[in-house]
Amino acid sequence: MKLVEPTAAGAAKQMSKQTEFVTVTVADQLLGLPISRVHDVFVVSEMTTVPLAPGEIAGLLNLRGRVVTAVSLRRRLGLQDSHESERKMAVGLENQGEAYGLLVDDVGEVLKLDTDEMQPNPVHMDRGWVELSQGVHQLRDKLLIVLDVDAVLDFGGEREAA
Amino acid sequence: MDDLLVEFLTETNEHLETVDVEMVRFEQDPNNEAILSNIFRLVHTIKGTCGFLGLPRLEALAHAAETLMGKFRDGMPVTTPAVSLILTTLDRIKEILGELERHGAEPQGSDQDLIEMLDRMAAQEVSAVEAAPPSPPAKPQAAGTLVYQVLERELKPGEVSLDELERAFQEAPGPEKATTSGSLTYQVLERALKPGEVSLDELERAFREAPGPAPLVVSKPAPEKAEAAQAVAAPQPAKKAPDPSSEGAEGSEGVTGKVQTIRVSVDTLEHLMTMVSELVLTRNQLLEIARRSSEDHGYKVPLQRLSQVTAELQDGVMKTRMQPIGNAWQKLPRVVRDLSNELSKKIELVMQGADTELDRQVLEVIKDPLTHMVRNSADHGIESPAERKAAGKPEKGTIRLNAYHEGGSITIEIADDGKGLNLAAIRKKAVERGVATDAEVERLSDAQIAKFIFHPGFSTAEKVTSVSGRGVGMDVVKTNIELIGGTVDIRSEQGRGTTFTIKIPLTLAIVAALIVSSKDQRFAIPQVAVSELVRVSPSSEHSIERINGTPILRLRDRLLPIVPLSKVMGLPGGEDVNHGFVVVTQVAQQRFGILVDGVFHTEEIVVKPMSSKLRHIQLFSGNTILGDGAVVLIIDPNGLARMVGTESNSNEFQTDTGLEQTVVAADEMTSLLVFRGGGESLKAVPLSLVTRLEEIDASTIEWSSGRPVVQYRGRLMPLVSCDEELAIKRQGMQSLLVFSDGDVSMGLAVAEIVDIVEDKLDIELLAERSDLVGSAVVRGRTTEIVNVAHYLPMVLETWARKDKGKGPERPLLLVDSSTFFRDMLVPVLRAAGYRVHTASTAQEAARLLSGGLQVDIIVTDLELSGHSGLALVASLRADPNHARTPVIAMTVKSDPQQIALARKLRVSEIVSKIDRKGLLSALAEFSGVLEEAA
Repeated sequence: MKLVEPTAAGAAKQMSKQTEFVTVTVADQLLGLPISRVHDVFVVSEMTTVPLAPGEIAGLLNLRGRVVTAVSLRRRLGLQDSHESERKMAVGLENQGEAYGLLVDDVGEVLKLDTDEMQPNPVHMDRGWVELSQGVHQLRDKLLIVLDVDAVLDFGGEREAA
Repeated sequence: MDDLLVEFLTETNEHLETVDVEMVRFEQDPNNEAILSNIFRLVHTIKGTCGFLGLPRLEALAHAAETLMGKFRDGMPVTTPAVSLILTTLDRIKEILGELERHGAEPQGSDQDLIEMLDRMAAQEVSAVEAAPPSPPAKPQAAGTLVYQVLERELKPGEVSLDELERAFQEAPGPEKATTSGSLTYQVLERALKPGEVSLDELERAFREAPGPAPLVVSKPAPEKAEAAQAVAAPQPAKKAPDPSSEGAEGSEGVTGKVQTIRVSVDTLEHLMTMVSELVLTRNQLLEIARRSSEDHGYKVPLQRLSQVTAELQDGVMKTRMQPIGNAWQKLPRVVRDLSNELSKKIELVMQGADTELDRQVLEVIKDPLTHMVRNSADHGIESPAERKAAGKPEKGTIRLNAYHEGGSITIEIADDGKGLNLAAIRKKAVERGVATDAEVERLSDAQIAKFIFHPGFSTAEKVTSVSGRGVGMDVVKTNIELIGGTVDIRSEQGRGTTFTIKIPLTLAIVAALIVSSKDQRFAIPQVAVSELVRVSPSSEHSIERINGTPILRLRDRLLPIVPLSKVMGLPGGEDVNHGFVVVTQVAQQRFGILVDGVFHTEEIVVKPMSSKLRHIQLFSGNTILGDGAVVLIIDPNGLARMVGTESNSNEFQTDTGLEQTVVAADEMTSLLVFRGGGESLKAVPLSLVTRLEEIDASTIEWSSGRPVVQYRGRLMPLVSCDEELAIKRQGMQSLLVFSDGDVSMGLAVAEIVDIVEDKLDIELLAERSDLVGSAVVRGRTTEIVNVAHYLPMVLETWARKDKGKGPERPLLLVDSSTFFRDMLVPVLRAAGYRVHTASTAQEAARLLSGGLQVDIIVTDLELSGHSGLALVASLRADPNHARTPVIAMTVKSDPQQIALARKLRVSEIVSKIDRKGLLSALAEFSGVLEEAA
């Protein structure tokens, strides 16, 4: 993606409003989830696939006695499944009283970023991505896409099937 | 105030329910004072509270009703219209309460109509009773004042609960005429209200103290009673007085009962239930770990204890969800009473096992179906008193409700001693509605026929009443009950009554499930739906066969459709449907087998709802976590049945029995009627050729010039024995297969009709016998296929005579790949006056025609082996010699595309291959046309 030159931004400015993001990687792309929405981060051990389920749903997980719906962020972003069979990481989210686990390639550190410095999505970004992204943060060496958690989890079973 | 209102609504609604029931009881037993005073007290309570809360409409209504009831208590005769009027008033009160609940305020409107009627009724009764000698009310009247005081004093020490408040209010209206005592009550009230809330303990104590003195007081005035009784026209306050004492006594019982219970919101209970479910799962996981490790680290004993406590806790919490089924029955006495009035029938409702408990969720679901079924019994089942008398039964019909636990389920029976189901009418209706064909209906057992009433839009009521007979209902009842994994069964005996038996699981939250695997993934199937397990492999006794690719299992001579689980789920991997286990599943009347790879064990599972993202998958009803921590999906047998049903777009899963065989209309399947002749061997004839099955009394067989005939539907029908060994009976019952063509019929006498089966026909021709087409293996047994054509000449006189009138035979070409069908059709066509040429393939037909064969008409099967029938027609149309020859096409499956194509090729008529009549009428049309042309 061709973008504006990365400027020295990020954690420098102290005064303005800051948000903490849990960073995750999917296909080498850095993405951030507002920490307020993240319940926990866990390693996926055993997953039950659900036949006939919409493609975005990878399966069901048992997270400490609770059944959690695993959503593949890769598939949600229109990417192929990763073939590397490393340990699978998931970010625990909650939406409308239901527990979800967002499957990602890796979970990184927690970043404190200035809300004001978030820039709108580049105009030519993939439509599917635009829908899930709230904006872009320019980090020193990378770009971080701020995920809209509600949008990520907003895909209808029925509508898709119909 | 809002809280107070909510509380008031809940309580009042409960009270009203009770009043409904009590009122009906009272009507039947007007001398029971206990019931009356109970009703009186309840209405009084309602009235009092309404006044307090400032609900004038309710208060006025309750007051009017109370006045009338007061007259009852004074000894007025209890009449049905009066009771009806009070019940109507209660209904109106309920309506207003409903509004109140929705909008928080009493709706506008006037109840003057009802109040006037109530007043008029009350006035009437007064005059009526005044005329009559004063019946002794036998109430301790003068004593009342005493009690009153005692009660007031006792009340002071304890604080006052709403209950007491209500009681206080009950007393309050009394003084309307006796102001002195009234003002006193109010004082008590005002003082009591201030302290506010009351602890349960205190409440209990207060109540324990309150009723205590009451009996003492009552016993004291006993001698005064006699005196008081003489003063019948005692002043009002005196009359009211006994209330508190009796209420005090009754109230105390009620209260001690009430103290044990507190209202807890359903949400709290649900939450508790969820938590316990979690606990159970965690326990299971722990146990699993403990099982796996052989070493005891000293935690096994506490784990055992934990396990035990968890089980008890689970039990306890489950109990909080349980409610007596009587709650669902509460409305029924009223319903039955109203119905019996409306229908002028005498009906008694007997309820047994009302305290049988079941999950409230389940209770909610069955409430309406139960009411509907009781209505049905009252309307359809129970006869009018006159009819009952004529039938030698007591005038009063009985509807009996019975509930009891049985294993992990609860059984509810609804039995009436009415006239029973009219099976003949149901049979007729089933045919009319196209639910089943004549032939099917003939061979279904009574029990199977009875089940037809569960079909949508099925009602046999001769006239539609306001109650039932509109053809909605029983199917909804069934659907509702099945929704919660229950079943309904009917047992009916002509003239003796009908019994419906409902079986439902106790709870929906925890179910026993069978854990199975398909393609290395585990699934849970609710045990209630599983009727048996069958292991299948190609070499064993049970092997899966295929009909046109559709797997089928022969199980005890029935065909069981098989649904490979992996296929329904679209799981990848080669489809090896020959090995594995078949889970025989019964969903209502549908029976089918789910083919799975492995079966593990049964486990109690806690049903967790599916995520909203997955809820649209009808195959699964939920998910659960097993003891080893794995998440498994719970298969919904209903959903599976529906899915497969819509997939194949045919009625593949037919009703339980009988019809099952007619199921698969796959290409090569033929319905065969299997019967026995004189010998041991089985014989069969295609069902499509048989018009009816009859059983006639052999004494009605007449012998005209040595040939047996029988009068059948106003005509003489010749009879032929199906083989030489079998002599037509001279006495007893003779089974007949009737073959008809127009008005001509023939009866084929057989020894016994064995069965109707659906099977492939693979005939090895037997040349040396003309009465047989050949023999085939039907259901694993060698069976002789009877050639109907052989018998026709035996009764030739009629058939031939019919033909003669038609002049010369017309040439016809019959093209059909199946030897069997050709052999079947040729005699039929000959009998219809055609000279028949046959061809087995399109090529052969083309060769015949190009070789100079001229025919008037061509009858061809569209599904010919090799070339299709349509290709043949297309090539004919290209040939100027045959471009105009009429063609009648026969097909087994009607495919719109095929039909369109056929029309394009000017195929004159398309008939179903098994519709012999249709073919003949199509031919008849042509012969008419041809004759005109000639």
